[in-house]
Amino acid sequence: MRFKALSASLFAAGLLGSATAQAQTEIQWWHSMGGALGEALNGLATKFNASQQEYKVVTVYKGQYPESMTAAIAAFRAGNAPHILQVFEVGTATMMAAKGAIVPVAKVMADAKEPFDPKAYLPTVAGYYSDIKGNMLSLPFNSSTALFYIDRNKFKAAGLPPVPPKTWKELIAVAEKLKAAGQDCVYTSGWPSWVHVENFSAWHNVPIGTKQNGMGGVDTEFKINSPLHVRHVAMLGDMVKKGLFTYAGRTNQADSKFQSGECAMATISAGALAGTIKAGKTDWELSFLPYHDDVKGAPQNSIIGGASLWVMGGKKPAEYKGVAKFLSFLSQPEIQMEWHTTTGYVPITKAAYELTRKSGFYDKNPGRDMAVRQLTLNTPTENSKGLRFGNFVQGREVIEEEMEAVFAGKKDAKTAMNDAVKRGNLILRKFQAANK
Amino acid sequence: MEKRVVFRSAWLPYLLLAPQLAITIIFFFWPAGQAVWYSFQLQDAFGLHSEFVGFDNFTALFRDPHYLESFKTTAVFSVSVAGLGIVISLLLATMADRVVRGALAYKTVLIWPYAVAAAVAGVLWAFMFAPSIGIITYVLKGLGVDWNWIIKGDQAMLLIVIASVWKQISYNFLFFLAGLQAIPKSLIEAAAIDGAGPARRFWTIVLPLLSPTAFFLLVVNIVYAFFETFGVIDATTQGGPAQATQILVYKVYHDGVKSADIGGSSAQSVILMIIVIALTVIQFRFIERKVQY
Repeated sequence: MRFKALSASLFAAGLLGSATAQAQTEIQWWHSMGGALGEALNGLATKFNASQQEYKVVTVYKGQYPESMTAAIAAFRAGNAPHILQVFEVGTATMMAAKGAIVPVAKVMADAKEPFDPKAYLPTVAGYYSDIKGNMLSLPFNSSTALFYIDRNKFKAAGLPPVPPKTWKELIAVAEKLKAAGQDCVYTSGWPSWVHVENFSAWHNVPIGTKQNGMGGVDTEFKINSPLHVRHVAMLGDMVKKGLFTYAGRTNQADSKFQSGECAMATISAGALAGTIKAGKTDWELSFLPYHDDVKGAPQNSIIGGASLWVMGGKKPAEYKGVAKFLSFLSQPEIQMEWHTTTGYVPITKAAYELTRKSGFYDKNPGRDMAVRQLTLNTPTENSKGLRFGNFVQGREVIEEEMEAVFAGKKDAKTAMNDAVKRGNLILRKFQAANK
Repeated sequence: MEKRVVFRSAWLPYLLLAPQLAITIIFFFWPAGQAVWYSFQLQDAFGLHSEFVGFDNFTALFRDPHYLESFKTTAVFSVSVAGLGIVISLLLATMADRVVRGALAYKTVLIWPYAVAAAVAGVLWAFMFAPSIGIITYVLKGLGVDWNWIIKGDQAMLLIVIASVWKQISYNFLFFLAGLQAIPKSLIEAAAIDGAGPARRFWTIVLPLLSPTAFFLLVVNIVYAFFETFGVIDATTQGGPAQATQILVYKVYHDGVKSADIGGSSAQSVILMIIVIALTVIQFRFIERKVQY
């Protein structure tokens, strides 16, 4: 009897539960934030759901960036895409070209009559996700940039002043001294293309590609075989040979090499800071990326990495209203500040940055504003707004492969960068043909 | 007189065949047909519009030096995996066949790795060989070997060959052991009485009698190296560094799934399909004739 009563009440509860769910409009949000970042993201959704009754944001972790994008493409082809999809920055051109599959964020906001001011966002962040006319296509969500980390302990152990080198020349001088003092891994770097080609170009104010780094049209071509690029890659190859640069891999493998105290210096994502603090094995200091001091205009400003939120097409108007409400919610300074301070990602609006500064967070946590400061060091130029290359998932890998060939001593930098341009341009032409 | 089953109704045999046919059609012919269809199309990632481009995808492939390089990589990889896998397991099987005491324990241990998923095997070996934390790296460093498969292509290749062979040895071992045990003891004893040493007995009696097994394993191992090593590669090198371990099937996945180049990827799978069909035909028509049953 007890069992019956129990199941009956369970049944009733189930009915009730589904009844309330029916009244709410569900908004599916597919993302790629695992671990602590995933918890922070779910916290945002929970907060939004608690703030109103009409809509319910349901978050679904769909694996890493390329996987969730693939899943969403497959879901779109099958006719059940999510409402909101988190897409990494290199997927931007692919999403943008998919007219009909996506709805520009600016349009979603206008249709829902939600107040929306693109100028409220940091220019380097918003510029990356806007079309040439300044219409915001996707909402920047988690943005980071590449920063230079040093472990002061290692510097002290080698009898060096614990001050981060500013230029590549200084970095090499320090690296040689560290090596001579017996430091095994002197310098490492994550994301070779993102750090040493994409950010490198913006930082030195040289183009990555024609047509404003591809933002001006799909008929763009890579320009990464310039003498400066070749020189930089050759320098890295030389550092590998001398044991001054320990290559760790194409993604974030270098993070743990620095965080564990293995390497003395690293150029990795600003997002690696949370992990560095958590590991607690280094006396870390953050600074701007090194630059070549003989290049005019350097340092300019760095560009972002990370992901933005795309609104998918083919949904009901009521649902878009909810999406717009949620995107407004995410852009609120308080919410942005919470996201910024818990995750280490950059605050995406100027108001959020101001609010964080006023709260005294940066005074208590020195270095946490380094990413924003580097991104906004100067007014972005055509070369430092960002980039937009079709099939850049493939394009970036081509660049990385060619760089790896240099690091392995198989190719000289000039041949490798020429090959990267040649192969990269083929990919761009294919994208152009498929997206006429 | 020939024995024949006669079905009273005309549709019953078809009905009984239907499940198997359905599986073959849904999981093989249909996707294969789609691959052929897509290989002639140029399509954007979302499938919003596509265009018939004839053989453009194929000509683009053969103009890409990295695609041709991938053929070489695949050849080196599959020959190494199949060759090493068969030789090592044959050696182990002959040894295990001679063990009298505790034979079951040996066999169990040797068969064990087969239960390990490909991706797990890959991660396992990747850990042991990890450039900074791996235990084997540490030993190699002590021996003066600079081990870093993250930038050294040949070492990366060695790593995936080791991981793939290790996983496949159990399977080969099982078949070789069964084959060895099926060889009549009287034959070997007769040869021994005639004065043939163990090596001679192995070459003239055991090996010829094992040839059907070896042939079967050759086919299975090549197919394994071509397709099923995907997990090992994806969990370790992901085709890198600089495409040194990008075998054909990994490139299909990479270009199609990761890069959303559906036309190019389909063209590659069509070529792969043709290669495998050709390989199988060659194996059965020419090599099988030399096998002594």
